[in-house]
Amino acid sequence: MSRLNAANLDLAQEIIGRYPVARSATIPLLHLSQEQNGYVTRDAMQQIAELVDCTAAEVYGTASFYEMFKFEPIGKFCVNICRSISCHLVGGDELVEHAEHVLGIKPGGTTADGLFTLEAVECMAACTEAPTLQVNYRHRFRVTHEDFDRLIDDLRAGRLDGEIPPHGTLARERQHIPADRAAGNVSPDTPITPAWMEAAQ
Amino acid sequence: MTTYPWAAGYVAGDRPQIVTARFQYEDSHTLERYLATGGYQGLRAALAKPAASVHDDVKGATVLGRGGAGFPAGTKWGLTPAGKFPRYLVVNGDESEPGTYKDRLLMECDPHQLIEGCLIACYAAGLSQCFLYIRGEMAVAHERVGRALNEAYAAGYVGKNILGTKFSVDIALHWGAGAYVVGEETALIESLEGKRGEPRLKPPYFPAAIGLYGQPTIVNNVETLANLPWLLRNGVEAYTAIGTQTSPGTRMVAVSGHVKRPGVFEIINGTTTFRDLLYGEEFCGGIRNGNDLKAFVPGGGSAPWFTPEQLDLPFEGRLVGAAGSMLGSGAIMVMDSTTDIPKAALSLTRFYAHESCGQCTPCREGGTWLERILSRICDGHGTTSDLDLLIEVGTSICPGDFPHASSTKLGLEATPFPYKMTTICFVGPSAYAPVHSALTLFREEFEAKIVKRTSIPVTVGH
Repeated sequence: MSRLNAANLDLAQEIIGRYPVARSATIPLLHLSQEQNGYVTRDAMQQIAELVDCTAAEVYGTASFYEMFKFEPIGKFCVNICRSISCHLVGGDELVEHAEHVLGIKPGGTTADGLFTLEAVECMAACTEAPTLQVNYRHRFRVTHEDFDRLIDDLRAGRLDGEIPPHGTLARERQHIPADRAAGNVSPDTPITPAWMEAAQ
Repeated sequence: MTTYPWAAGYVAGDRPQIVTARFQYEDSHTLERYLATGGYQGLRAALAKPAASVHDDVKGATVLGRGGAGFPAGTKWGLTPAGKFPRYLVVNGDESEPGTYKDRLLMECDPHQLIEGCLIACYAAGLSQCFLYIRGEMAVAHERVGRALNEAYAAGYVGKNILGTKFSVDIALHWGAGAYVVGEETALIESLEGKRGEPRLKPPYFPAAIGLYGQPTIVNNVETLANLPWLLRNGVEAYTAIGTQTSPGTRMVAVSGHVKRPGVFEIINGTTTFRDLLYGEEFCGGIRNGNDLKAFVPGGGSAPWFTPEQLDLPFEGRLVGAAGSMLGSGAIMVMDSTTDIPKAALSLTRFYAHESCGQCTPCREGGTWLERILSRICDGHGTTSDLDLLIEVGTSICPGDFPHASSTKLGLEATPFPYKMTTICFVGPSAYAPVHSALTLFREEFEAKIVKRTSIPVTVGH
């Protein structure tokens, strides 16, 4: 059940096919399994290990290094509020406190209805637009406490479902390399001078 | 001065635009708009001449790396061992240095410009495959770059026999998953190999010798590559006509914090000063509420701090380095007279302590110690010996004199950049930089928090 379904397994093979060494697909496949299940399951890590030819422990070693991977279910909306310096200087900490109050949870917690997980996170590259937050990795800028309340209302009422997919779905558009246009992987084991460099020599 | 709702933060002005010219269009991310505004002409110009000649253009234009170190891209490409193939290109789109906001804009607003830059780099340096590593938390950038790649493949700009030539290269879009340290180029490579993002031991100092899968690898920042289409389309002379001889062209900078109008600007490299940026009407228009400027971080959270005494320095790496800091990733954070300096230092130090990968003891333990000591000082539980302890812990990460700015007020001479370090990468030293700057320039603010603590009467046990 928590292994990749047939459609995602096809997608996984396509992703692996973009790398000369299969293990490079580890992080993209962890994202894919998180997209399917909302979090990364043990079965999924076992399956990814088989797909990229390493051990499940190695997959877990990688997955646990990165903050975006969750190992248990979290809320439908992951609300990440920045507390790094640019946001700190203009009210980021107060915004975190406000969010704790509104949602009734501390950072790391999930609301009882399973809708929201709150996280206090580090810099998310929107420093001139501080204080800033992300919902499922989509930005909101110069967020006032009123903006925050409205955002939570809108999310609860489903008014932003078209813009913000549920947690786990990172991007709704994927890269697809058409077979007839692909240059093909270049393996580290094939020491061939590229054709356009040969022509120059 | 113009802003666009679809390019949040970006402020256009009456200045040359090398990488942000298309931001004025709401559909700047589409192939249609890109082609209508000179898109892929730089690639055509490159393919019309030998690869070595394109490499010479990039060397001749002294395109400096925009990621942090400021190393010239053309020189970096030249560090690959002669005749050793395959070579790879890894694009560093892992923008996450505190204060830094430019690469995400470039990826969201002009993804084709980045793709064209990748193609030019691959052609010039003989790189056989390209991996475009985008920070995980940037969902919109993933969508925009993914769509742009699909368009570019379909139109024959990427893939097999590009534009009917012998030049063939695939570009794979790769998603990160949240780890600041992955912005370090050898950690980026580890991550791309499917491993934990831990920086590699040096030497070799450059992945150009041994990189992805053990092969020669060029790692270039998004903004660096975004410069290449314009350079190839307009030529070296046009490029070097902007900026100075040692810092040609433009640079994207983000100014955040206590200014009237924070924003992202494409500025003329080498000549624009910090005073222009903070106070100029075409830029931030001064400090908020008419307050005085207390300090500013000139080059991302890792950079030692400056005070109003350094405002007239231009955006020139050599001069800023001699003055005790670095230009880094083009991120300026401004603190006005109301700023609680120890708390600001804590915010920065906590970031690096949190982002330590844990490989090197001085960073893993030292960063956490710095954070804890600062925390208790800010909470009013610090002791006088804590200030010495901060320096002691910091010195175990960075032995010797740590770089800092000069201060006439304090009678201090500048100690130039860089620092010495006991760690594999810069994350550990970066945890110490804000502590050292804050303590050196504003020691009295720490002492004030401690004096309060020692004035509390202590009851001695029975």
